[in-house]
Amino acid sequence: MSLSSYAAQPATGPGSRRSRSGPLQAWLPKLVLAPSVAISLCFVYGFMLWTFILSLTNSRMLPSYDFVGFAQYARLMANDRWWVASTNLVLFGGLFVAICLALGLLLAILLDQRIRQEGALRTLYLYPMALSFIVTGVVWKWLLNPGLGIQAMVRGWGFENFRFDWLVDPDMAVYTLVIAAVWQASGFVMALFLAGLRGVDDSILKAAQLDGASLPRIYWRVVIPCLRPVVFSAVMILSHIAIKSFDLVVALTGGGPGYASDLPATFMYAHAFTRAQIGLGSASAMLMLGGVLAILIPYLYSELRNRRHG
Amino acid sequence: MDNVIRRRTVGARLARAALYAVLLLAALFYLLPLAVMLITSLKPLAEITPGTLLSLPREPTLAPWAKAWGEACTGMRCEGVGVYFFNSIAIVVPAVLISTIIGALNGYALTKWRFKGSELVFALMLFGCFIPFQVVLLPMAQTLGWLGLSSSRAGLILVHVVFGIAFTTLFFRNFYVAVPTELVSAAKLDGAGFFRIFWRILLPVSAPIIVVSVIWQFTQIWNDFLFGVAFSAHDTQPVTVALNNLVNTSTGVREYNVDMAAAMIAALPTLIVYVLAGKYFVRGLTAGSVKG
Repeated sequence: MSLSSYAAQPATGPGSRRSRSGPLQAWLPKLVLAPSVAISLCFVYGFMLWTFILSLTNSRMLPSYDFVGFAQYARLMANDRWWVASTNLVLFGGLFVAICLALGLLLAILLDQRIRQEGALRTLYLYPMALSFIVTGVVWKWLLNPGLGIQAMVRGWGFENFRFDWLVDPDMAVYTLVIAAVWQASGFVMALFLAGLRGVDDSILKAAQLDGASLPRIYWRVVIPCLRPVVFSAVMILSHIAIKSFDLVVALTGGGPGYASDLPATFMYAHAFTRAQIGLGSASAMLMLGGVLAILIPYLYSELRNRRHG
Repeated sequence: MDNVIRRRTVGARLARAALYAVLLLAALFYLLPLAVMLITSLKPLAEITPGTLLSLPREPTLAPWAKAWGEACTGMRCEGVGVYFFNSIAIVVPAVLISTIIGALNGYALTKWRFKGSELVFALMLFGCFIPFQVVLLPMAQTLGWLGLSSSRAGLILVHVVFGIAFTTLFFRNFYVAVPTELVSAAKLDGAGFFRIFWRILLPVSAPIIVVSVIWQFTQIWNDFLFGVAFSAHDTQPVTVALNNLVNTSTGVREYNVDMAAAMIAALPTLIVYVLAGKYFVRGLTAGSVKG
């Protein structure tokens, strides 16, 4: 897409000169965009700045503007619960992304073998993505309830010593988040990979087959390397979902037991809205933003570079 | 791709059987929660504790659904999730319509009436797709207060429109880039104005992207919890918030069948959209997600 091909601008083009209401027509596109631009400047950039300013104050119940420098950040760093939440995010995010990628890729490759009823299977794998994380959380809470869910079911089959009580185990609760989130998002990764696989050039595969390469080898050496851009997009989307995860935690574990399965998103909400620690909550929100930017900037950079080359 | 195992040897047949086995196992993993949700929602409470997850209801009943809809207690009040279902509708419909219309006009202006800095304007707006919403929650709460929209449906509509525009603009912009600019240039030469060109040339070809935008926005807003819980009062809660309150009420006996029925009620609209328009749903998901 080259910008120069669209260089004819309405204000100087022949069209606008001949149109009936000349100057107004030239301004109309900008007028139409103006509210959205104003909204973005105010509600996105302005609010980000505002939150940053709040994070420098000692606001508690209500915003106050007594500046305390980076004291809130220091408090955050000294806060045990924040460290639990951050560590959980690394654990949860890492596992969530890795398992979604592996499962999505596996299912996509298997589905790509001319499967009967491929459409139906694809639909099944993907439907969780249509649900709210709240619904997902509620359902998995029921499935993982040791007294009633999967544990009870397997015990009912005669395995009396079967244990699957992660939901109430402080050391394991964060992994229940992984299970539910993988259930919800892996079908979507499968769809991304499947589209990528369908886009791989057949002639390369034919050539590899003629060389006598085995199917797994072809996938490992030829196909999967072609999917690198898809992997990149998927990682970016999934980590974005992980950082924003709030509803799932609220519905599935409530952050508990205690705050063992807290994530930064729930930490922020709890401190800003229920614990009257607006300054601290703002500081945690800014760090979340930092996390998103750390993922986003390399992604955008490579996107732009590819575009320039392609 | 043409790399299927062709020869019908015993090994190949076994491989094929294993392939289907794995795929079906995966299908069970994805289906299990929905199946359990549905089965449980049709059981009388007496069958739940002694039974197991997947045992079919012996005396199927719709009573849990009726209770979830009209009587179940969410927090303090006991009026079911039905009221909140309609709250969600009252929020979703205007928010989807407004954000889609604005997105369409933005996308059109950004592609067919480029001006100096229009790419910058687009980049500026696109950023709204990426931010973690936690970073705008507190200022938003205060702003809604100033506008007199705290805890109101109108306030939630505003929030969803404001943070939806980035996505809808992205959709329409990427779609309109591919519409031949010659058509627009010719119309400009004929003296057609900004809105006339939009109405006559762009809108008639926009059906697919309108569907994508509407489905994306519908799903996002219907499934939203964060804004709902932060900016609504009891009367104006969306159904996701009500569902969470219902399930986390600590009083009385846990009625899992009612919980599951309520979860189904909250999930049905987006599930129906997915079943009816899955193709567009996926397109929106990839278009919206690849960039945000």
